[in-house]
Amino acid sequence: MSSDATLASYASRLGDNALILGQRMIELVAASPELEEELANANFSLDYIGQARMYYTYAGEREGAGRDEDDFAFLRPEHDYKNLLLVEQPNGHYGDSTVRQFLFESWYVLLLEALTRCSDEGISIIAARAIKEVRYHLRHSSQWLVRLGDGTEESHARVKASLDDLWRYTGEMFAPDDLDDEMRAVFNGPHLEVIETQWRENVAAVLAEATLDMPDDQWMASGGKQGQHSEHMGFLLAEMQHLQRAYPGATW
Amino acid sequence: MVNAQYTPAQIMEWLSQVPDPEIPVLTITDLGIVRDVDCSAGVTVSLTPTYSGCPATEAIEASVAATLQEHGVDDVRIKRVLSPPWTTDWISEAGRKKLTVYGIAPPERRDRPIACPRCDSSNTELVSEFGSTACKASYRCIDCLEPFEYFKCL
Repeated sequence: MSSDATLASYASRLGDNALILGQRMIELVAASPELEEELANANFSLDYIGQARMYYTYAGEREGAGRDEDDFAFLRPEHDYKNLLLVEQPNGHYGDSTVRQFLFESWYVLLLEALTRCSDEGISIIAARAIKEVRYHLRHSSQWLVRLGDGTEESHARVKASLDDLWRYTGEMFAPDDLDDEMRAVFNGPHLEVIETQWRENVAAVLAEATLDMPDDQWMASGGKQGQHSEHMGFLLAEMQHLQRAYPGATW
Repeated sequence: MVNAQYTPAQIMEWLSQVPDPEIPVLTITDLGIVRDVDCSAGVTVSLTPTYSGCPATEAIEASVAATLQEHGVDDVRIKRVLSPPWTTDWISEAGRKKLTVYGIAPPERRDRPIACPRCDSSNTELVSEFGSTACKASYRCIDCLEPFEYFKCL
């Protein structure tokens, strides 16, 4: 792979994680458990979509085929999306959403930290901006996890079930594929094994405070990074891309 | 070339009249998002967004172009710069005062208490980390009971 192609694919994959999670959080607007959460989720969602725009714009530049951010977001089929399975999982109840955010953000913050040190300036600049926002998001999801885990008997039981259920989507975050290897070899990209060790430590500390046990590693789902998604992804894209699919090129 | 008559200081003076669409009491120069003005070929204004997803970014770029065109600058280019990332440290002293008068507590470093913009008491409490926009949190003054917004440190 040429170095431009590596960077385009890597930036596009970062954009996919940000966009799909941002889209999931938009679905929580007008459905949050309280007004402050309403604002928080809408604001976080904006942060993620803003990050996706930067990643896609950069991917388009590196690719050099004339695609812009909107082409990446609205005109690609499901298998061209390389986001983690975790971020496309439905909102479920608030414990499910909280656990999904927490597990992803605990990883994403470490990934961004490593990316600020990568040798490609285009990606390191975006990472330096994004990390300021994501640190804040992680503080928020950690607080909610503690509140639900160390809350009532019912909230504890429900969030524990969410954690056990979503844990199977965490393996993919640490399994390097060819693109990860290439990014690491050529651009001093993230070392996913190191990130996994740090992630486990950080996650264990918050779970302990939330009086939740760390789930055992059992079978791990994977495929998102290769474009093989769970059944939820098609529905998400159908809603998100509807306008551009029905009225190609529509602007306002 | 007409643009030769403009100096960066003159352009900055005009830009200091452009309000932020979300907190109109502040101008974009108070916020510190104008990073550079270059008058060597046309006028190029470098702007940096506050938050990645700040919905005001496009509106600000449009009003910068419109303001300069009103002053007769024909050849305006807007450059979006991402690095170094914006920080609340770039809000000017004048901007901080305007925020307080407007009822929004300006950003404070971690060790300093958040003072109520109404009665100046430091006896305040956090209501929510998240306010009406990404850049603000909600607070309450325990002394005068005023609910107010706090501009978060970034």
